[in-house]
Amino acid sequence: MSNLNRHKIITLLKVQYSNMLEYRVEIALWAISGIIPFFMLNIWTNNNLNESINLSNTMLSRYFLSAFFVRQFSVVWVVFTFEEDALLGKISPYLLQPLNPFFRYFAQHLAEQITRLPFAIIIALIFFLFNKESFWIPSLGIFLLSCLATFFSFLIQFLIQSIIACLCFWTEKASSIERLLFIPTLFLSGLLAPVISFPEYVRSWIYITPFPYLIDFPANLLSGNKTNLISGLLMQIFWISVLFPVFKKTWSMGTKKYTAMGS
Amino acid sequence: MVYGNKKIYGNGIMNLKKYIKIYSLFLYTSVASELEYKTNIMIDFITAILSLIGSIFLLSIFFQNTDNIGGWKFEQALIIQGIYTILNGITNTWFNPNLTEIVKHIREGTLDFVLLKPVDSQFFISLKKLAPSGFLEIVLGVTLLFYCIGINQINMNLGFYILCFTTLFCSIVILYSLWFLISTTTIWFVKTWNATEVLRSFLYIGRFPLNSFSFSLRIFFSIFIPIAFITTIPSEVFLGLAKFWEILLEVVVSGIFFIISRRFWLFALKYYTSASS
Repeated sequence: MSNLNRHKIITLLKVQYSNMLEYRVEIALWAISGIIPFFMLNIWTNNNLNESINLSNTMLSRYFLSAFFVRQFSVVWVVFTFEEDALLGKISPYLLQPLNPFFRYFAQHLAEQITRLPFAIIIALIFFLFNKESFWIPSLGIFLLSCLATFFSFLIQFLIQSIIACLCFWTEKASSIERLLFIPTLFLSGLLAPVISFPEYVRSWIYITPFPYLIDFPANLLSGNKTNLISGLLMQIFWISVLFPVFKKTWSMGTKKYTAMGS
Repeated sequence: MVYGNKKIYGNGIMNLKKYIKIYSLFLYTSVASELEYKTNIMIDFITAILSLIGSIFLLSIFFQNTDNIGGWKFEQALIIQGIYTILNGITNTWFNPNLTEIVKHIREGTLDFVLLKPVDSQFFISLKKLAPSGFLEIVLGVTLLFYCIGINQINMNLGFYILCFTTLFCSIVILYSLWFLISTTTIWFVKTWNATEVLRSFLYIGRFPLNSFSFSLRIFFSIFIPIAFITTIPSEVFLGLAKFWEILLEVVVSGIFFIISRRFWLFALKYYTSASS
């Protein structure tokens, strides 16, 4: 049984990877569209705003580069694919297969991340070319831990979006809800400004929400900035274990509600 | 040749009347179809409000320990947010939905039907659709702008109005040309959806004054992607800080961009080979 499952996973990944290689140019463009953190870094250092938060220019540029990387490998777009599939009636054949369609989407995301890797590295090299002094190599342990934290961040976002995607069973256009939810993710996750720079009235409650664990925590870990490793990982696991049952529930309720389109 | 053209296109005034009539039909059909999704419009509007709050929050972080970035005070930087919101609303109302259509037209080969119609193809393709949720965003931006006029104690007169509208109009033209240039490349690359994501992320820096960036980025954003012209110059006009040559330059740049986008579209059409034929 477990052998069969492993076989399924490997086949799925292989198929999706060759699928994604077809879209190399698009994925490269996607990678480029993630460079907003670098513009933000430019504003911070050019106006000496980082003095007030006790971060040197070097540490701040490492932070934003790490934020760029974390973002690259935690981008989720499942709701858009699912919405299209639901509208075109592609969900019906998927439902007949003895495999939850979200495994397919999950494999798509992983395959896309592998395709994205070389482009992200090229962008990072260009960045170091302009900021030689910010170059650093994290220790292997830290590197592996931040990979894990990034993967957890990806899982949290994947689960949230999957829950939203399941709303497609009730309303046809769930992607607008995703765009709404993207706004707090953008401003509170630490992609545009590190969470320690936030005013006190936000910092007092933000660590209970999932947002700082999406970008800020893994990026701080990778860049060697101060962060609480244990509580960060625990909070990520906490949110995953909260979101997963919710997803399962919405999925089972949604599939009962499902009426195939165009049939 | 000249005679033939006259026969097809008629005289100028008739033409204008025809286009106004066609546009009102576009307006009617797209508003009618979008109103099918009323909750969506509301969600999009809440998204726009949250997005504005988020940007002001970010701006307030920048101003926590300093009273100016790039020579702009907080109240002055708010004007840029207002103008950005208006322009973003215009993008969401007109440019974005139509661009999605262009990609679809080319992928499915339905651009043929557009080209066969006795209407200018650029007109048809860039104004066919409309998303009403962007209207609310424009209203939001205008409200913020008037609030800023209040707190910055700007006194308004006719000349001020004329300059403001001219620069805003030019910004819209530049923005439109950028979007249209990118959509045109679809003729060769078929899927340009992600190229517009790149443009979107670049445009994001239009929320901040140009002077807050380093010199090399400032050059980049004035020459290659003229974001400087899109939000910073109109904001300077509102504050009465703009120099005359800047305004003149903006007018010239918008003219150049519009002509290029037009020429590029006509050039690209020569390479259009319909799908599946």
